[in-house]
Amino acid sequence: MSQVVSLNVAERALGRGPHAQANIRGRAPAALIGAALFAAALVLLPILVTIVQAASLSARAAVDLLMRPLVGQLLINTVGLVVAASTTCAIIGTATAWLVERTDLPGRKVWGVLAVAPLAIPPFISSYAWVSLSNGLQDFGGALLVVACAYYPLVYLPVAAALRGLDPALEETARSLGYGAWGCFFRVVAPQLRPALYVGALLVALDTLIEFGAFALLRFRTFTTELYAQYRTGLDGPESSLLALVLIALCLICVVAELNVRGRARYARVGAGARRVAAPARLGLSRWPALLALVALTGATLGVPLGMIGYWLLQHSQAATSPVAPSLPLLFDATFASVAYGLAGAAAAVVVAAPLGYLTTRYPSRVSVTLERIAYLAQGVPGIVVALAFISLTVQIIRPLYQSAALLVVAYAVLFLPFALVGVRTALAQVQFGLEEAARSLGLGWFAVTVRILAPLAGPGVGAGAAMVFVFVVTELTATLLLAPIGTRTLAIEVWANTSSLAFAAAAPFAAMMLLISLVSTWLLAHRFGAAVFPGQA
Amino acid sequence: MIRLPVVRLVLSALAIGLGLRTALPGALAASLTLYSAQHEQTVDLLTKAFTKETGIDVKVHSGEGPELASQLVKEGASSPADVFFTENSPELELLSEKGLLAKVAPATLARVPAQYSGSAGDWVGVLARENVLAFNTGMIQEAALPASLLDLAKPEWKGKIAIAPTDADFLPLVGAVVALKGRPAALEWLKGLHDNAMIFDDDEGVVAAIDRGAAATGIINNYYWARLRMEKGVDKMQSAIHHFAGGDLGALMNVSGAAVLKSSRNQAAAQKFLAFLVSKPAQETISKLDITFEYPLVAGVAANPILKPMNELQPPSLTLKQLGDDRDAAKLLREAGLI
Repeated sequence: MSQVVSLNVAERALGRGPHAQANIRGRAPAALIGAALFAAALVLLPILVTIVQAASLSARAAVDLLMRPLVGQLLINTVGLVVAASTTCAIIGTATAWLVERTDLPGRKVWGVLAVAPLAIPPFISSYAWVSLSNGLQDFGGALLVVACAYYPLVYLPVAAALRGLDPALEETARSLGYGAWGCFFRVVAPQLRPALYVGALLVALDTLIEFGAFALLRFRTFTTELYAQYRTGLDGPESSLLALVLIALCLICVVAELNVRGRARYARVGAGARRVAAPARLGLSRWPALLALVALTGATLGVPLGMIGYWLLQHSQAATSPVAPSLPLLFDATFASVAYGLAGAAAAVVVAAPLGYLTTRYPSRVSVTLERIAYLAQGVPGIVVALAFISLTVQIIRPLYQSAALLVVAYAVLFLPFALVGVRTALAQVQFGLEEAARSLGLGWFAVTVRILAPLAGPGVGAGAAMVFVFVVTELTATLLLAPIGTRTLAIEVWANTSSLAFAAAAPFAAMMLLISLVSTWLLAHRFGAAVFPGQA
Repeated sequence: MIRLPVVRLVLSALAIGLGLRTALPGALAASLTLYSAQHEQTVDLLTKAFTKETGIDVKVHSGEGPELASQLVKEGASSPADVFFTENSPELELLSEKGLLAKVAPATLARVPAQYSGSAGDWVGVLARENVLAFNTGMIQEAALPASLLDLAKPEWKGKIAIAPTDADFLPLVGAVVALKGRPAALEWLKGLHDNAMIFDDDEGVVAAIDRGAAATGIINNYYWARLRMEKGVDKMQSAIHHFAGGDLGALMNVSGAAVLKSSRNQAAAQKFLAFLVSKPAQETISKLDITFEYPLVAGVAANPILKPMNELQPPSLTLKQLGDDRDAAKLLREAGLI
């Protein structure tokens, strides 16, 4: 699943709404504030470590390093791809959303599901599938193809939701005043879709910036792959930290822009009565090319990854460059490790997020809002930056944590904190504060209140957030690769070890298992929260 | 649906996943920790065979050679590593200079010709491979290829060459140019390459680009090409490799070696592992596999038949000591703007 979309999805699924009354009278307990501060500090820690490392350079040296051709090349590659990917995804996502939501295309429900399903396939898996199909894809075009296939649902989801929310009366008025179908779309519909489109495109940009595995396998150089390459060459000094800072800056621009767009722009229907459902546009003969396009899209986004993994599963050793056939015990070990880390990562993220979520829903203040915003910044901190910062921090200062399982779990908690936080926050917001007060007044301590009141009421929402973190951890590559304790081999590590040395068949069982876990968990999540998670099917 | 099972699963996973993992290292006494930059599948086979033979369990931490070497330097005396097995000699030389390596048992060193092991006797050569120039057969004739690796920095090669300066295998080449031609000449050469070359992150990227026609030639170690050929099938290859002759720098041999860390608390077991690496069965396993494509260094073990026989190669005359420890090479790459 793509990292950023689910934040939207989760908010929608859990119905973010200020139902609960805040405790405006009381002051938050110091312990609660302390725990919330800890969460925010964890997110800032990798950024601070990176800054401190880069700060050992003199200003002059820093400028020289930033102005060198390598940085220019990486900027061209990275920014070029980000722009191309956002644009491509915006076009494909909007077109698909329109076909599914506003036309009489046959099988719209099915297409709606197929349009979001690519989110359950991690980009480095689809990258592996495409590269194993043809190494002619190892350039800009290939990178764009893989990224567009992986991320267009990020545009599809918000645009489809926006299309569903539009009032058809406006369009009808425009048509009655003489606009044709296209004129009406561009002059009336498109402007109303703009906020959704911007949010989607910015999410695509952010995910493209922080992606590592897909580009590494495509041998396409971006900031993330270069950071990894420098680390491998033993050159992870202040110079690399400086590169990392450039990447963080690009990411934070996207995060902040996304928050702004989402916060401000909104089109709403005012007035009495309910909105009608728009009459679907009749496609007539053009339904055939439209269907063909959707079939091609599904083929590229789902057919190729699933098909290639299926193909490599059936190939045997010699084609795999690998007589070391991946045995059943190896597959079992890797699955167990992935699932164990997934559960531990989900638990850790929820534990870190819980006090912060409680503080922001029960004691809203400038402090709590600031802490919450900081936590959401975690979306813009790439896995490779967190991993490299944690490595140098623990090898130099907190040695007992070095190469430990606990450190990897903490890294997951940092990377996926926003998702756990959305779950906790929205769940708590729906629990009436009066219930807690009543329980306290009847003599229950805070622990009993948590167990007997909060857990049963907020449990499902928190669980959904945790489940999302679980899926992300299982499909996470970068931090896992760099921080896994010695001897630990998760599914992602096995896929990486084999694909990066072109042993495609050997990677297939691990990739298939990872996809299975991801698809099943996502399906369960969708099933539990129904149409709200995948608005496309509504 | 989600509530209780999740809580229970999370708790049990925490208990099993974390508890076991922290408990394990202390629990098993007969266990080695190996830092390995060798091909993971080869190491997998070797460690399994070693465990079967000796009952000693081996835990592997994989990474790129220079990454692991710099990690070992940072970890210093409290490193968890017992053995370091890597693809290029400079990384071992670096650890040797830092005084982090223990002496290798004389019987182990004696299995391999002395020129392929560390001169201080603290690491042993295990395998070797050669640098080559890969070229796309549809884009350029072998006769048109340069006589020397140094020629690739000349203007006429602009846009016709691919390199991977951040691949661990590229650094020894830089060391060789420094050793034989001096530092200024090496910097000039790298600057020329910077102007001429398409840059990739690793040799796998270089060889794939050449085979698909994105670049005419590229500097790689021979086994990346052999692996691609294995993967694609002989008849589908669009590229070939060229061996530099006459003792040119371009035909440099890279030596893969292994060492025991001084800080290891399992010295005896670690020495056993080194002895195993240069034993006949282990060397035969490696050379028969179609994964690694390296020359075994122990006498009497035949190399993989797809390799050009080792005695026909014409590498430059250069000791491993002269080749250096990569540190200056990395600085030069930065000075030339390649990284």
